[in-house]
Amino acid sequence: MPRSKIDLPYHIDFLSILDAEGNLDESLEPDIPEETLSRIYAAMLLGRRFDERLLNLQRQGRIGTFPPITGQEASQVGAVAVLRDSDWMVPSFRETAAEIWRGRTLESVIVANNGFNEGAQVPEDSHNLPVSIPVGSQMLHAVGIGFGIRYRKKDDVVMTFFGDGATSQGDFHEALNFAGVFQTPVIFVCQNNQWAISLPRKKQTRSQTLAQKALAYGLPGIQVDGNDVLAVYAAAAEAVERARKGEGSTLIECVTYRMSVHTTADDPKRYRTDEEVEDWRKRDPLTRLQKYLTRKKLLSDEKIAATETDIKEKIQAAVDRAEQQMKEFGAPSDMFKHAYAEMPPFLIEQKEFLERELAEKREE
Amino acid sequence: MAKMTMVQALNLALKQEMEKDDRVIVLGEDVGQDGGVFRVTEGLVDQFGEQRVLDTPLAEAGIVGMSIGMAAFGLRPVCEIQFSGFSYQAFHQTENHAARLRWRSQGRFSVPMVLRMPYSGGVRALEHHSESREVYYAHTPGLKMVIPSGPRNARALLVSAIRDPDPVVFYESKALYRAFREEVPEEEETFPIGKSQIVREGSDITLVSYGSMMRPTLEAAEILKEKETVDAEVVDLLTLSPLDDSLFTESVRKTGRAVIIHEAPRSYGPGAEIVSKLVDKSFYYLEAPIGRVTGFDVVIPLFSRESHYIPNAQRIVRAARNVLKTAA
Repeated sequence: MPRSKIDLPYHIDFLSILDAEGNLDESLEPDIPEETLSRIYAAMLLGRRFDERLLNLQRQGRIGTFPPITGQEASQVGAVAVLRDSDWMVPSFRETAAEIWRGRTLESVIVANNGFNEGAQVPEDSHNLPVSIPVGSQMLHAVGIGFGIRYRKKDDVVMTFFGDGATSQGDFHEALNFAGVFQTPVIFVCQNNQWAISLPRKKQTRSQTLAQKALAYGLPGIQVDGNDVLAVYAAAAEAVERARKGEGSTLIECVTYRMSVHTTADDPKRYRTDEEVEDWRKRDPLTRLQKYLTRKKLLSDEKIAATETDIKEKIQAAVDRAEQQMKEFGAPSDMFKHAYAEMPPFLIEQKEFLERELAEKREE
Repeated sequence: MAKMTMVQALNLALKQEMEKDDRVIVLGEDVGQDGGVFRVTEGLVDQFGEQRVLDTPLAEAGIVGMSIGMAAFGLRPVCEIQFSGFSYQAFHQTENHAARLRWRSQGRFSVPMVLRMPYSGGVRALEHHSESREVYYAHTPGLKMVIPSGPRNARALLVSAIRDPDPVVFYESKALYRAFREEVPEEEETFPIGKSQIVREGSDITLVSYGSMMRPTLEAAEILKEKETVDAEVVDLLTLSPLDDSLFTESVRKTGRAVIIHEAPRSYGPGAEIVSKLVDKSFYYLEAPIGRVTGFDVVIPLFSRESHYIPNAQRIVRAARNVLKTAA
């Protein structure tokens, strides 16, 4: 009757392939097609520039509050880049770059952040759920979708995103537990950006890593340098491959940093130092990817400039389209749409009330 | 036709819908091998297997959250919350997501799921096992709230709930599960969600009731007939949301008097909404103030005292007499 160490099936790796200085561990370098690498770079840069433009629009009062993604481009784009269209994505609210990669239009982001429900409209054939704002509540939906995929004997997978704060929510643990029990093909991507509004990562949990929380549920977990798009891509590809084969879920902790505000209603100077932010700026995901791609001759100063111009035009065109759309949206009584499949009598009554009120106002 | 308890009738509804539609999945705590703590899901795992009848880990938010994903994917989950008193642990999923995903995605995704849960007192249970909190769900935009009152309408309504394109909270009265048997046809029967029913015709007073309160309400109507020669009209709401106000407002236009009965606490209860509808639509026909017979605004007491909390026929009769006393 000894006291002995229990062998657990999993341990926690930390994966870094391209470091902050741009040094590459060639033995770990994932095999990413050149065209995909170029797309990843463009998508990350678009995410950054779009954030800047949104901030600008917000400061001008042309949109409302929004959650910036700057600093987290690699965690997002690196992860979704391994998905195919028929796979599913279940986001939280800080995955704009990933959503755009998956087909969301820039104008829909602007429209949604300017207070129009139409901005969250998901195209009919899309397998992307709309953003979910209550922290940590969406991972269970990914598990349900994953169950459906298995039930229908498909080899699609579901990728769900959340932050470090979400790992304290009960639903996070229930989702990992259900995913383990029902062996669902879900990739849990935690964007550990170090701050849940003002609460630092070390006060969120005493766990040494967030990835290790997977172990308690019998799932593999891995911690990756979330500012290293190659590491994120490699870990996601591995997890997706397992899930497609029916081997279940994985938790990926991307260690990254929220360079900007929580939302535009937040002032980070109240809780963190400029030195900390500057320190993370040295680990910027875009800078090191540029170095890597330049070395691979996939990027040059001219190419960078051309990409920047292209992105600038894309964003401007989206702003124009969004502003046009917002002028053309329907009446306020559209708020009654999509409450139920069929409008019940009490809503018809209320809609008619609002329409009468609007008509009277017009006459006044 | 077979005579069935409500438990058997609900079981029949689940079985037949599962036979007809492979999108229908049953999940919850102890719903598989154990057949559910009230045996509503008995035998389903043997017939349909563990891929369609899921014994889940003990986590209400997990059950409801996973069901939302299944529904968004295109399945028709019917999840069981063991007691409605534990449904609050899934309330954020129900309110934030089940009720809103259609709205949020502007119609791309919908959540055609049923949340079955036993409610009501009267079975000498522990704390949290005897509550009536239908208002939480009836108050939530995007949900439907259904409460059957007997085996036959329970079966028909559950079939309709499973086929409904929107999330339906389905309250089953524990006190009615095995209280009596009714003829339930073997062949398919549905009852539209959002429709109430006149279950007893009368011309002197209208009793508006539903769920566990239907039996004491009908008993009260009989007493009123025998002892006071009063003909009460009884309306069974069956659906609390969307509320069908057509029958009870029409009935009160005829009778001029109304008593509303529910087991849920009084303040902000279903009765308040019904009174408001009567004031809106039947005000000029009212001949007396409207009576309410309800649970008190306290937590339902543990079972030694619960019979004093739960409205009974005598209390309903007294309320009706008060309403009838008022001269026109």
